[in-house]
Parts: sequence; structure tokens; C-alpha cells
Amino acid sequence: MNDSPTLRICALYPSRMNIYADRGNMLLLQHRCEARGIGFELTASEAGEHVDPDAHDLFYIGGGQDSDQIQIAGDMLETKQAALAEAAEGGKVILAVCGGYQLLGEYYELADQKVEGLGIVDLRTVREPGERLIGNVMIEFEVDGSPRVLAGFENHGGRTYLESGCPPLGRVLKGHGNNGKDGFEGVHVNNVFGTYLHGPLLPKNAWFADHLTRLALGGDIELEPLDDDLEDLAHESAIRAAGGGSGLMRLTQR
Amino acid sequence: MESVSKLKLGVAKSVGAASRLSGRGGGTSLPGKLLLRLQDDAIARLSSELPRGAVVISATNGKTTTASLLASVLGRSRIPVVHNRAGANMAGGIATALLDATKHGQVQGQLGLFEVDEAWTARIVEQTQPSVLLLANLFRDQLDRYGELETLADSWQQMIAQLPAETRVVLNADDPLLAGLGADRPNTLYFGLTDTSHAEPVPRHAADSKFCRRCGAPLEYEAVQLGHLGIYRCPNGDFARPTPQIAATKITTHGMEGSEITISTPDGPIDCELPIPGLYNVYNAVAATAAAHALDLTAGAISGGLAAARAVFGRVETLEIGGHSVALMLIKNPTGANEVLRTIAEESAPFDLWIALNDKIADGRDVSWIWDADFEMLAGKVGQITCSGTRAEEMALRLAYAGIDRKRLIVERAVEKSFDAAVADSVRAATPIFALPTYTALLELRTAIAKRGDAPSYWGST
Ligand SMILES: [Zn+2]
Repeated sequence: MNDSPTLRICALYPSRMNIYADRGNMLLLQHRCEARGIGFELTASEAGEHVDPDAHDLFYIGGGQDSDQIQIAGDMLETKQAALAEAAEGGKVILAVCGGYQLLGEYYELADQKVEGLGIVDLRTVREPGERLIGNVMIEFEVDGSPRVLAGFENHGGRTYLESGCPPLGRVLKGHGNNGKDGFEGVHVNNVFGTYLHGPLLPKNAWFADHLTRLALGGDIELEPLDDDLEDLAHESAIRAAGGGSGLMRLTQR
Repeated sequence: MESVSKLKLGVAKSVGAASRLSGRGGGTSLPGKLLLRLQDDAIARLSSELPRGAVVISATNGKTTTASLLASVLGRSRIPVVHNRAGANMAGGIATALLDATKHGQVQGQLGLFEVDEAWTARIVEQTQPSVLLLANLFRDQLDRYGELETLADSWQQMIAQLPAETRVVLNADDPLLAGLGADRPNTLYFGLTDTSHAEPVPRHAADSKFCRRCGAPLEYEAVQLGHLGIYRCPNGDFARPTPQIAATKITTHGMEGSEITISTPDGPIDCELPIPGLYNVYNAVAATAAAHALDLTAGAISGGLAAARAVFGRVETLEIGGHSVALMLIKNPTGANEVLRTIAEESAPFDLWIALNDKIADGRDVSWIWDADFEMLAGKVGQITCSGTRAEEMALRLAYAGIDRKRLIVERAVEKSFDAAVADSVRAATPIFALPTYTALLELRTAIAKRGDAPSYWGST
């Protein structure tokens, strides 16, 4: 790692896959890089544009309406699938949120059609009859041997099922998670992260933004601490909204 | 259609009176809810007694203001209306308005004027069979409650398909999500803005619907007025903005004072002075004018009615507090908030802000939207910002990432307490202050202020 690294992000279909203010995630990553003197580069890859897996450290795909997902899915397979599979294989960070998360898997089956996904991780999503799964949500998983909490908001009609052997991102503490049944949330394989915690999840979990930044920059980089008073308060507020107690707040402190 | 029995009306009315006297609230929709329990088609029965039928208004942003502007025009036209002016805009609220208008078992009034929640529009339209249906805009709002925009637009499409041919559908030509809904109806009336001097060349990122509903291609914009409203066309020629028959052809804005507008109509131009600020209120005025035109009201009633408009509850309301005026403006979704921010950012002198972000059901429990609103507009213009409400902390964080110096940010969740402190600070600093609450924070603040009465000394002393 040289002295002044640059975090190079590729946002996939940002003009369509942005339904829950996904922009907040990019803002957070950008400002935190700038505060630390880390370079920041954001490239958009829209329909018809090919992706170079070596030119970026982190790939982001956000949420969209069902109609948006159907619109982009074909293009994504055609122009981006190979590159993203190679990036995932090579340990690049991929953060896929909400609708983007659904597209990471084998397919998303809607009432009248089946949308083929990237097939990067071993999961399927099905639109089952019943209410959308909506609400504040909180999950727990281990990072470097310590338990951490991710808090946010979910709003999805699809139910996602992981194939056996495909690890979830976390365990649901409050909320619905992948399907409201098995207690799992998201997916985490290599440096590929998928989650139903939608839109601006990084502002609610600045620690996770730093975790992804570290992984994207090669894993062995030390990030300078920042004045995170407001970030910590926002994290606690999201936990409180999800119905988490003060014990959980302590758990998430550095 | 048979009327509702006097007995049922009487029972529901007395419950309403009791709940209003007790001050426990709910008086604006509770009697109607009870009436609907006694008579489930009460809305259809009572509204069928209105000789001029009903106007139903729905939109994500501005429906309360648009209905109040139209009410003002109808007042000038001496047409007695039954209007859910308290803003209770689901079935219970509309039934309450109708119930309140009954006397000796009969609805008094000529015309129904109903502002209706987007999710309830199809049901209320089916029951009231309106003579005029005004659909003014669809923006991203409370996705946890309303679902996706496309789904809502599809359900409105079905609703319109079932209307009789004589119903006058009034649509915003500048909203690509709505404009297409009138394609099969020859008497559709369109309104819009043709003066593009306040427009931007490309949509902001918060814009919601930027794609052709037919081929999926991104729409090309010649001008963007606000959000995704503007002059647009599909690059593949499927679809373009219809020419509005009712159009604001000249708009001059005067900051918080309001705007001067010229509205062209098939009967000739109407000049009016609109005393409420912002381009979003110009849209509301043109929408109200279009509905008034559909009702055959006169140009004089329209210009007089718009000029006499007062800002409605929380949609730019000025409070005098200890000799200091505080402008209250509701924020609830990215496009609405952007227009409020755009209006106050035009102020030349620095100002303070109090923003209250609640995440209760009526606000939308998901506060993600604040990351889509352009609070960046405030950077360099604002003195102190107090963040309040149940999600005060994330609001403050949003502002920090919008480039506001963290030292200018105060976080205090309690609505009334933080408001008092913020106003007191602004009085001391002789700085204007704007108050931007979400819906339930606005109610909370309003209740607190009403309890105290008009006691300027109290405000001055905090
Ligand atoms: Zn098209």
C-alpha cells in the first residue's frame, strides 16, 4: 500500500437503483476518505457500460422498484456479470443493498416472471404472497472476533433463501431479515456483502463504512480515528428505533 | 340513493361533539369512523346529496394547500362547500366532513371538496363519483406506507379507466408519471408551468421518475421545474409532455413574500398575486386554477381567491413569538423538503434553523429520505441549526455530511424544549429562524403552542 491510497468506487446503475436514498452511503464513504486524506473516486456504470474489475476497489448496487430491477437485470448480465464475478473472486468488495442484494443471487421470482440474477452468491429470492417485510431492523455478526451490530430499515416484498453452505451476513436481533422465518439476514461471502438494510445504512453504521473501506484498500491499512460523536449517536438512535436496548449499544462501541 | 338515517347521523354527531369537548383529539375523523361503522356506504350516500357533486384532490405534495386555494376561490364564487379542511384525508376524515355538514338528516352545501390521501384515492373516488378529479403530483414519499410509485400510478390508471366519460380528470402535464393517465380521455384537462426561468436543466438526484413508462428509456428534459416535474419527452417518441391548457406563463418570485403569476386559460389570461412562497406553491395555484376552470368559475373569482389565500396549517405559517417571527414549514419527503430549502436559501441574511425529524407512522417510519434531500443548499447560509424529534441524531449527521460545521449543530430530541431554546437563541442573536418539522413534530409543536395561548412573555423568557 502506498502513502496516499485512493478508494475507487464503482456505483452500478445509480440513476435507477437509488430508491431509498442510496446516495447517503456514497456521501459517507467520500467524506470519511476526505477527512483522512484518502483519495476518493466515484464512477457510475449505467446501462450498456462495461465494467473493468481491476479499476475499482468497491462495487455498490442499491435498491430499486421491481420495475427498475427488471429493466436493468438483462443489461447487468450482458455487460457486467463477468466482471463482477471476477471482482468477487479476486476479493474486491461488493456491497449490494435491497434490490441490488436480490440481484446478486441466482434469480428473483416475481408473480409473473423470473428475473435472472448475477449468480455470484448461492441464494434465491421469491415474491411470496403476504405482506411486505417493513420496519426497523438490527442484526449481529462477528468482525475480527468481536460481535458488532448493524442497524437500519428494511422494506422488501421478496423473501431470500440461502442455499446450505452459503453464509448469511448476520443473525436477526430485531426485524425480519432475509425471509422473516429463518432468523438470518443478508449474505457474506469473501468480500461480497448483501443486505436488506436499505438505502443509507452506512450513515447509521459508520463503523461498517470504515470496515468496508479497510477491506477495499487491502485490509492491512490503519484508518485514522475521526470525531464520530454524531455518528455514534446516529448509530445508537437506529438501534433504539429497532427496539434495541442499551446493552446492545455498549456492544457496538469501539 | 337512499340517505343515511337521522338516528345514525345523530349518534355519530354526538360522539364527535363529546370527543371534541374532551379535547382528546380524534375529533376530525372519529365521528366519521363511527358513522362508517353504522353505515358502511355513508360517504357514497351523503355525497350523492351534493347538487354539484364533488372535487377530489390527491397528490404527494401540496394537496392541503391546493384544496385550500380552491376553497378560497369557491368562497368568492359563493358556492357553499363541504370540505375536509382539517386535513384528515382518509375515509374517516371525509365522512366526518360530510357528517358535520348535515342538518335535519340532509347534507347542506353544494359541492364536496375533498383532499384525499394517495392510498385512499381510488376508494374515495369510487364512493363519491366526483365531477372533477385532480391528480397533482406523485413523488417518493413514505415508501413504507404507500409502496412503490409505479404501483400507485398503476392503481390510479385503473381508477381512471373506471370513471364515467363525463368526469373531468385534471392532471399535471409536467409530471410524467401522471400525464399519461389521461391519454384515453379526450376531455382531460392539463395544467403545468411553461415559464422556465426558474427551472434547472437536469433533474436533481432526488427526482423520482425519470424513465419512460413504455420503453424504459431515460426521459429527456428540456427544463426541470422541481423534482421530476418539467418539460420532458421520451427519446424514442413514445410519449411527451402534453400541452397544458392551464399554464403559468410568467412567474416572478419574491422570496418569502410570494409570487406574481400569469396563468393562461382557454378563457384568457389571469394575473394574480400569490401570497405564499416558492415554486411549489405556484404549482398548487395553477392546479387550483385548473380545477376552478373545470368547475366554470370566473377569472375574477380565481385571481381574487388566490390572492386571499392564507397559508394553511404548517404549510408556511408564521408565528409571532416575543416580537420575533418564526416561519413554520412542513417537510416530509425529499422533493418537498428541497423546495422548502430552495425557498429559504434565497434569503439574503443568515438565519437559524430548527428541524424536527420524527419517525412515527404518519411521518413514515423510514427516515432514509433525508439523505436524498439537498441540505447542501444550507451550507454557508445558516447560523445555528437545532435538530430535534425522535431521529434528531441522524438529522444532525445528515447536516454534517451536507457540509454544515458540526459546531453549529445542536441535538435535542424533545420537540418543545428544543424549539423554545432555538427561538430564544435566535431572539438573542436577532437572527431570523425557520422551523422545519415533519408531520407529527408539527402537531406536537402546535399542541404545545395552543396550550400556552398567546403569551409572548413566556416565549421571550426562555
Ligand atoms: Zn419510451
